[in-house]
Amino acid sequence: MDKMTQLLKLLEKTDTIEINEFRMDFEELEIQLMPAVQRAVQQVVQKQAAAVIPKKIIPEPFAPPVHDYPGEVAEVQLGAGTRKPVLLGGQKALYRFEEPQPNPPVVTFDVFDIPMPGLPRPIREHFSDVMDHPGDWAKKAVKDFGANMVTIHLIGTGPKVMDKTPRQAAADIEEVLQAVDVPLVIGGSGDPKKDPIVLEAAATAAEGERCLLASANLDLDYRRVAKAAIDYNHAVLSWAITDINMQKTLNKYLMKEGLTREDIVMDPTTCALGYGIEFSIDVITRTRLAALKGDKDLQMPMSSGTTNAWGSREAWMKKDEWGATDYRGPIWEIVTGLTMMLCGVDIFMMLHPSSVQLLSEIGSTFTKEYLETDVPDISNWITELGV
Amino acid sequence: MDIYRLLPQTNCEICNEASCMAFATKLSEKETQLELCTELESEQLEKLESLLAPAVREITFGTGDKTATLGGDEVLYRYELTYYNQTPLVIDVSDNMDDAAFQARVKLIEEAEFERTGEKLKLDAIALRNVSGSNEKFAETAEKLKKSKLPLVLCSMDPEAMKAALEVVGDERPLIYAATENNLEDMSNLALQYECPITIFVNNDLEKMKELSRILRAKGIKDIVLDPSTFVGDGIGDTIDNFVMIRRLAVEENDEDFRFPILGVPAVTWLYENDEVQGGIKEATIAATLMNKYADILIVHGTNIWELIPMLTLRQSLYTDPRKPQAVDPGLYEFGELDENSPVILTTNFALTYYTVEGDLKSDKANCYLLVLDTEGRAVDVSVAGNQFNGKSVTDLIKESGIEEKVKTRTLIVPGLGAPVSGEIEDESGWEVMVGPRDSSAVADFLIKLKNKT
Repeated sequence: MDKMTQLLKLLEKTDTIEINEFRMDFEELEIQLMPAVQRAVQQVVQKQAAAVIPKKIIPEPFAPPVHDYPGEVAEVQLGAGTRKPVLLGGQKALYRFEEPQPNPPVVTFDVFDIPMPGLPRPIREHFSDVMDHPGDWAKKAVKDFGANMVTIHLIGTGPKVMDKTPRQAAADIEEVLQAVDVPLVIGGSGDPKKDPIVLEAAATAAEGERCLLASANLDLDYRRVAKAAIDYNHAVLSWAITDINMQKTLNKYLMKEGLTREDIVMDPTTCALGYGIEFSIDVITRTRLAALKGDKDLQMPMSSGTTNAWGSREAWMKKDEWGATDYRGPIWEIVTGLTMMLCGVDIFMMLHPSSVQLLSEIGSTFTKEYLETDVPDISNWITELGV
Repeated sequence: MDIYRLLPQTNCEICNEASCMAFATKLSEKETQLELCTELESEQLEKLESLLAPAVREITFGTGDKTATLGGDEVLYRYELTYYNQTPLVIDVSDNMDDAAFQARVKLIEEAEFERTGEKLKLDAIALRNVSGSNEKFAETAEKLKKSKLPLVLCSMDPEAMKAALEVVGDERPLIYAATENNLEDMSNLALQYECPITIFVNNDLEKMKELSRILRAKGIKDIVLDPSTFVGDGIGDTIDNFVMIRRLAVEENDEDFRFPILGVPAVTWLYENDEVQGGIKEATIAATLMNKYADILIVHGTNIWELIPMLTLRQSLYTDPRKPQAVDPGLYEFGELDENSPVILTTNFALTYYTVEGDLKSDKANCYLLVLDTEGRAVDVSVAGNQFNGKSVTDLIKESGIEEKVKTRTLIVPGLGAPVSGEIEDESGWEVMVGPRDSSAVADFLIKLKNKT
């Protein structure tokens, strides 16, 4: 009988074998687990996992996903001299939980140098008593509706409107400057030939007050607008049409003329809700991300022509199936502005008082820290909401 | 390539593609279903499912033709790719309403509709809240909703009530709202038993949410929805932060505890508002805020159409695929009663432009031929600036459409913003160009005045 068979015979009646001081030397050990063993082990593990019901919830490490950003947004001051200054931009991060932004979003109320026809009723009813005088209009916007700033649109200077002269424009500017002490945005009529001349006259009239000249774009003599800004210490609104490359180019040109990042606010163009808002979302998101990633041609605060929302037919058209225009209009403006604000826009041109209020409420949270606000316990909202 | 390696590589064409490589490409673009390949071993199938799984889990609740799908996103910003699965809008009803009011509200939710750019925008689901405090009432009311056309979200923090309701409607796979640290054990067992997706609720505590998610996942639950709390006062800042953090952790860090759709509750607005108008405006504002920041499903309370229209419109805009031009087929379209003396107007094939014009012509009962120019989905002013709208392209359209055989007129009415190219259109086509109004709402009047003049 060979040794192995002898050994096995000895072990026939044995249940267990205990080996002491066992030692195995090897260079490489290959263990093959039969599939049955694998399955058995897996099943045991699964059963154990399912059976575990922790009586005490074990804390897991949770880390807020905070990013580091190599770039930051420039801080632009509007308002000087007899104005109370307002600061825009200065963000060092994308979200407040990373770093709260230093300056809250700002709303500038639209007023016009003529009793603007075609203003939707929900707006006209608030301002009809002051629409003949831009000074009174601005005063009401600030006093009654808490405007941080006022935008005076010199629509009347348009050749097809009233073709007001630059001197008349300057007079209107002076009237508004006297009426309120908030910083001003000065807008032309949109006529590419006349606007630079008008803005130049306005810039002179407002010397020392640090206004935002609206606007410089590639379709007009932006050099003239830039010069007016430099000569009389104003900032310039750099307007591109939902095109990030156009925006960069324009900014580069403006800076070549002598303006700095602290003198420029960008308007990447706001398309109204339902009329291309998604294009604005994309370009504004990309612009802010590029700034924070270090693109020096895009590191300026941004502006939104939120009043564009009123051009949407849903905002003004009478239609029974759509409900009352009284509410649709303001909501259209709020949702448009809000969407832009959540992408990083810093200053909003708006018309309706309630839209302004709601937007500012949400915007003011951006300068606060995560988890530093007292929040209610809403665990019972299901029953508390009532019938 | 990772996908291709896991396929059988036999090019058997059972999946309707010419080769496994083609199938792999389509799979990576979400243009086909993995299930079409019946030749996969279970190990390959599992690996592929994991590889193809989106950063945020895609969840469907409801059954049959009463379903809603949420989640499925891959990117943080829509410009990087696109967003998937429009945010379902869920309106609540309570189990404490009298039957007439209840039925009326359900009907309102089912029939709410807003047409825009050729699409009918509607609401997606009903949330039943357990207000009565009675398990029987909750179950009875849930049973009534079996007849509804919309899938269901069951809202109660009480597992006994949830159990009673699931005994009646569990087979329809409602979304369970919600599991909390106080009811986790019982609620999760119900989710497993009835194979329903389940929501986790925490009151502004992502650390806790992570723990609860981990526990549910360990039990084998895969369909989880996350509600970190919707605050509508100053707390909205925390809500926005929570939504963003969850989404970032899912997309950028592959954090398995947070790779789930997010639920917002703008309805919380009504805990603090009594006025129907102020409340509606506020709620629409909150809904818009959350939808912009990663909300995958929203529970809303107000039903006024003027409140819903902005939400539906924002949703439609956000979820448009940025890679696809929004265009309709160019060519000749007919409106109203036509003969050889009918006028001919022109517009571009940008979807928004076309549907606005079409809507106006129909509602104003205009009689005219409409030529739609292929500007690759650009609006009138944009295509004039970009030179897609020019003398030659319009002339080609006129010739190809066969309009010259249909009408005697050789006058083309162009949109107001197309005025700059009227001269070159006249030169190329030989037609006379008349510049029409800037807004299509004025077209019908314009055509009537024209008719009266001749």
